[in-house]
Amino acid sequence: MPATIGPVVRIADVFHAYGKVRALDAVSLELPSGQMIGLIGPDGAGKSTLLGLMAGARKLQKGTVDVLGGSMAKARHRRAVCTRIAYMPQGLGKNLYQEISAAENLAFFGTLFGLSAAEQEGRARRLAAATGLSPFMDRLVSRLSGGMKQKLGLCCALIHDPDLLILDEPTTGVDPLSRRQFWSLIASLRAERPAMSVVVSTAYMDEAAQCDWLAVMDEGKVLASGTVAELKTQTGETELERIFVSLRSSNGAARAPLVIPPRKPGTDGPVIVAKNLTCRFGDFTAVDGVSFTIEKGEIFGFLGSNGCGKTTTMKMLTGLLAPSEGEAIVCGSPVDANDLSIRRRVGFMTQAFSLYGELSARQNLMLHARLFHLSEADAASRTEQLIAEVGLADHADADASSLPLGVRQRLSLAVSIVHDPELLILDEPTSGVDPEARDDFWRLLADLSRNHNVTIFVSTHFMNEAMRCDCIALMHAGRVLVCDTPAKVIESKGAKDLEAAFISYIEEVDTSPAAAPATESEPLASRQSGATPSRRRFTSLRRLFAYTQCETRSLLRDPVRLAFAFFGTFLMLLIFGYGVSNDVTNIRFAAFDHDHTPESRSYLAGFANSRYFSEGPPIRSVAEMDQRLKSNDVTLAIEIPPNFGRHVKWGSDWQVSAWIDGANTQRAATIEGYVQQAHSLFAERRAREASSAPSGSASTTIVLRNRYNPTAESIYAIGPSVPAMLLMLFLAILMAVSVAREKEIGTIANFYATPTTRLEFLIGKQLPYIGVGMVNFAIMTATVVFLFGVPLKGNGFVLTLGALLYIAAATGYGLVISTFTRSQVAAVFAGAVLSMMPTMQFSGMLQPVSTLEGAARVMGTFWPTTYYMHMSVGAFTKGLGFADMRTDILALALFTPAFLALSALLLRKQER
Amino acid sequence: MGGLLGSLSNIFWLGTKELWALAKDPMMLIFIAWAFGVGIYTEATGAGETVNNAAIAIVDEDHSRLSRSIAGLFYPPYFQAARTIGAADIDRAMDEGRYTFIVTIPPHFEADVRRGRNAEVQVSIDATAVEQATIGSSYIQNMVANEVKRYRQEFEHEPGLDSNLAIRRAFNPNGTQSWFRAIVSLADHLSMLIIILTGAALLREREHGTIEHLLVMPLTAFEIALAKVWANGLVIIVAFVCSLLFVVEGALDVPIAGSRLLFLLGTVIYVFAAASIGIFLGTIARTMAQFALMMMMTVMPMMMLSGGMTPIESQPRWIQYVTWLLPSRHYIGFTQAIVYRGADFSIVWREFAIVLVMGVAFLTGSMLLFRRSLASAR
Repeated sequence: MPATIGPVVRIADVFHAYGKVRALDAVSLELPSGQMIGLIGPDGAGKSTLLGLMAGARKLQKGTVDVLGGSMAKARHRRAVCTRIAYMPQGLGKNLYQEISAAENLAFFGTLFGLSAAEQEGRARRLAAATGLSPFMDRLVSRLSGGMKQKLGLCCALIHDPDLLILDEPTTGVDPLSRRQFWSLIASLRAERPAMSVVVSTAYMDEAAQCDWLAVMDEGKVLASGTVAELKTQTGETELERIFVSLRSSNGAARAPLVIPPRKPGTDGPVIVAKNLTCRFGDFTAVDGVSFTIEKGEIFGFLGSNGCGKTTTMKMLTGLLAPSEGEAIVCGSPVDANDLSIRRRVGFMTQAFSLYGELSARQNLMLHARLFHLSEADAASRTEQLIAEVGLADHADADASSLPLGVRQRLSLAVSIVHDPELLILDEPTSGVDPEARDDFWRLLADLSRNHNVTIFVSTHFMNEAMRCDCIALMHAGRVLVCDTPAKVIESKGAKDLEAAFISYIEEVDTSPAAAPATESEPLASRQSGATPSRRRFTSLRRLFAYTQCETRSLLRDPVRLAFAFFGTFLMLLIFGYGVSNDVTNIRFAAFDHDHTPESRSYLAGFANSRYFSEGPPIRSVAEMDQRLKSNDVTLAIEIPPNFGRHVKWGSDWQVSAWIDGANTQRAATIEGYVQQAHSLFAERRAREASSAPSGSASTTIVLRNRYNPTAESIYAIGPSVPAMLLMLFLAILMAVSVAREKEIGTIANFYATPTTRLEFLIGKQLPYIGVGMVNFAIMTATVVFLFGVPLKGNGFVLTLGALLYIAAATGYGLVISTFTRSQVAAVFAGAVLSMMPTMQFSGMLQPVSTLEGAARVMGTFWPTTYYMHMSVGAFTKGLGFADMRTDILALALFTPAFLALSALLLRKQER
Repeated sequence: MGGLLGSLSNIFWLGTKELWALAKDPMMLIFIAWAFGVGIYTEATGAGETVNNAAIAIVDEDHSRLSRSIAGLFYPPYFQAARTIGAADIDRAMDEGRYTFIVTIPPHFEADVRRGRNAEVQVSIDATAVEQATIGSSYIQNMVANEVKRYRQEFEHEPGLDSNLAIRRAFNPNGTQSWFRAIVSLADHLSMLIIILTGAALLREREHGTIEHLLVMPLTAFEIALAKVWANGLVIIVAFVCSLLFVVEGALDVPIAGSRLLFLLGTVIYVFAAASIGIFLGTIARTMAQFALMMMMTVMPMMMLSGGMTPIESQPRWIQYVTWLLPSRHYIGFTQAIVYRGADFSIVWREFAIVLVMGVAFLTGSMLLFRRSLASAR
């Protein structure tokens, strides 16, 4: 195989920048094939960018990246080799779909890579067995612990038997036990398929030490590369951690190893007392009878596997969660969510970065200082002091979201101590932070504890950090297994180090298959390296359906979204069907009668007896008329002049004035018509009575025939047109949010790194929503026909065809919106702002499109709702058939391909 | 510092954070500008007058002077110039929706009118276009009747009984449609944007976990919510004022009869109420997709049933009770009173109070649900 002889990856002169920030700066590297290659370096060194470029998930800006014998800049090569590459992005289970089960995720990835159902099943079974995930395959990913997610992510990456496995910090935030299982799985895979190359970035030095070949990066540059032995001779150091440090600090400033002075035994009494803390979510007990005591000034380490209840315990201590049972006493008083005074004495740093990314480091600090009510001067000085103390000077004015992870964590710490708390609760503060930055971080903690007597409660996965604590608690499955000084914990198990003690403690109590060592009897690799999978037919369609299936399942598992999607439109239709009415009735009017004769009363009776008008108390003065019109007490005032009766009797000219509230122009115009009619009726009657001539009795009648809607009731217009509006708005926004969600959560990486084409992705995502739309159409049509009693006179089949095309167009429009919005908020916003106006105003529901003007006319013409509205109204009330609706169907049929083409054009296949 | 002052300072500083976040999101700002600028202008002008450009055809079976003069009655802007079609084409033309009105003048119409016989003009109306149909048909009826009367008087030299109805429209003498649509459109955009902005701002904090961070600080949920209300409300009110000055009063030339300050005060109260609804939705929704659906189901009735699209009086009684609960109905109500009728505080204060109470109710409701929904989301 030519690809396995030379280097597996050849990188030359690669530059990469995000805006002004340079991530990679003239990087050149050749990675030997068939080896385990480690990429180490501090946060923000450019490791993730480099891995993304190798996987083809990120767009190459400058330079060359050759992977498996071809350039990754060429789309053809990317398509050809991406089935041989597996890429697992950073973050626990970031590229997994949370709402579907583990097995379904595996099947999804299998299908994307074109495996047959049988192959998929076999491989999924073997991988699940090897990782100990078999019993959890039916569990939703969102319910898996972090370690399990990471193992599942690996399974998904391995399902297609790749030649190149790219893992971006796969063990960050994973507990030691899961970590050990993870690496033994990789090792057994490599033993079976020696030709497979593995590229992994890691923050753990012991993991890096296992690699055959290493590249050390910093600030977008490669500092050194080669085998571990080569690096040792190059730097003259023996330990990898020292090698790393000496390579980085080439300026010679050797760093003193971190030493934490021993704690002087305090006499202040306990700061935290947890008594039998228990927390249940439904029938799941997350924390089960946890008790411990923490003394003032102590550094208390909290260890445990992923999902064992550490975070939940911390949340109970901070009052974010109320314990189901038990009690927590912090700083001498029981935890109470409503007691704000205690919060001023406690600092809390959550697991995920929870500062405001859009604010700069300095702004974040100032904001928190102000929220803790420091005076402006104090806030500013404290901010500057903290910036200096935690070493943020270089980053103080950069957006927090653009900072490297390690710097962000330091910022988070600075923020959590801005108010000089007595107690600091830190939830995995150093996950994903490089060793050097971790040491710096701990230096800060040590200073706080020893010099400022701050009590520190910290959870961690790093054993060397645990060793620095005064006391540690080991937690597993909601219980505290042991709570003692690190030395005593090791001693109690007779283990060589804390990690071994940790694992032996857990294995002692846990006999579940997840913790059992993986059974490696079955071979994991099914083929020899380099062999291309046999081409199967319809892989494109199958990939498309994989997306459809995945989306459908997520939708079905969200009952709220489902209920709203199906019955929301129904509810809206009911409200609008009954509520929207153009029939103007019950107009409040009052008479301003100067005359008070039988004639004037007879004239007014014409109004009072009409169903359109309802009479209010008479008006007595001009000022009163003004006032009552102003206060909306009456909408119509009729002024009858003095001597009206006399004029009418004598048959001379007579005049009446009507004042209409013109605020609502539409209503005013309708009222005007009614008033004129009532007036004409009276005039005609008087004329007939007055005139004796035969010619006078003749009349010209104007007969109004309302077609299609004999009673001119609004429901005949609203019934068929509201569904058209609802379908558009609901579907476009749902669709846009669904794709934007992939971008925000990170699952879009699967689209970047797999052979999925743009159209497969788009149509695959679209199909479930077309289904939702058709169900909606059926529900709403039934409502209109049976509940509103508007008969469907025309061809129902043609209408259904039109609805299908229209729904495809509406979802297609949602796809277009999703291509230019990055967040779900923006998708909702854009969807609502851009679709409501044309749909509600310019598509013929209120006014025929032919009567619109200017921009409104243009919008109406290029908007699918116009055509479907026309069709729907025609089919319901006019009884039109296919021949009459041909042009509408044709127009609708053009929208979907146009929208799809536009989305495909705008959607990026690679990340920037 | 503590108590009320401390609380106010928290609300203020948290709010400035919202403003910063919004300032760094150009897409959002573009959408707001678009909605309050182009959106309102197009909506106000696009629909033309109440009856505008209505398509009309004449079936002239009389071919007389009178019938021709009737055909000549219809001209823009209310009607498109009347086309003459044959009697056989009526059904087809109506089915295709080419004309909203078809006026049929029977044979010997002129002669019948002259001889004082009964004559009948038929107007076929496409009643699926309800609004146009009702208003347009009464226009046609009056125009044709007047024309016939004029003709008869001219022919008979008979002064007849002259009756006169002087219709005057108060507050909008020419019935300029854009005056009305501009204000309704302003209200619609106001409701929609403020609800999305505040609701999404809250939901985003929840999805990104930053809300937990806020909740472990000495801050109350009330302060967090109120900060979002004032900051997003301020942005929307600034956009509103600009739109009022430059689009509504500037480009569209809509006169504002009442006090602008009173209008602004009412808008501030309404924005508070609508923002509280946004907070409420952001509290009960768990994901952005759920929020989007709930938002639609709130905003659409607020837009369509508030009296801006169709009059409140014509809603069935029970729906009127339901719509009474929509703050937008009261907003449209008092806005019309202030802008067109020049109402003063003594007239609108009651509706101001109702909207304010609604805002407080929604905010209180959100606060009651806040911690519970946060705990169950985990």
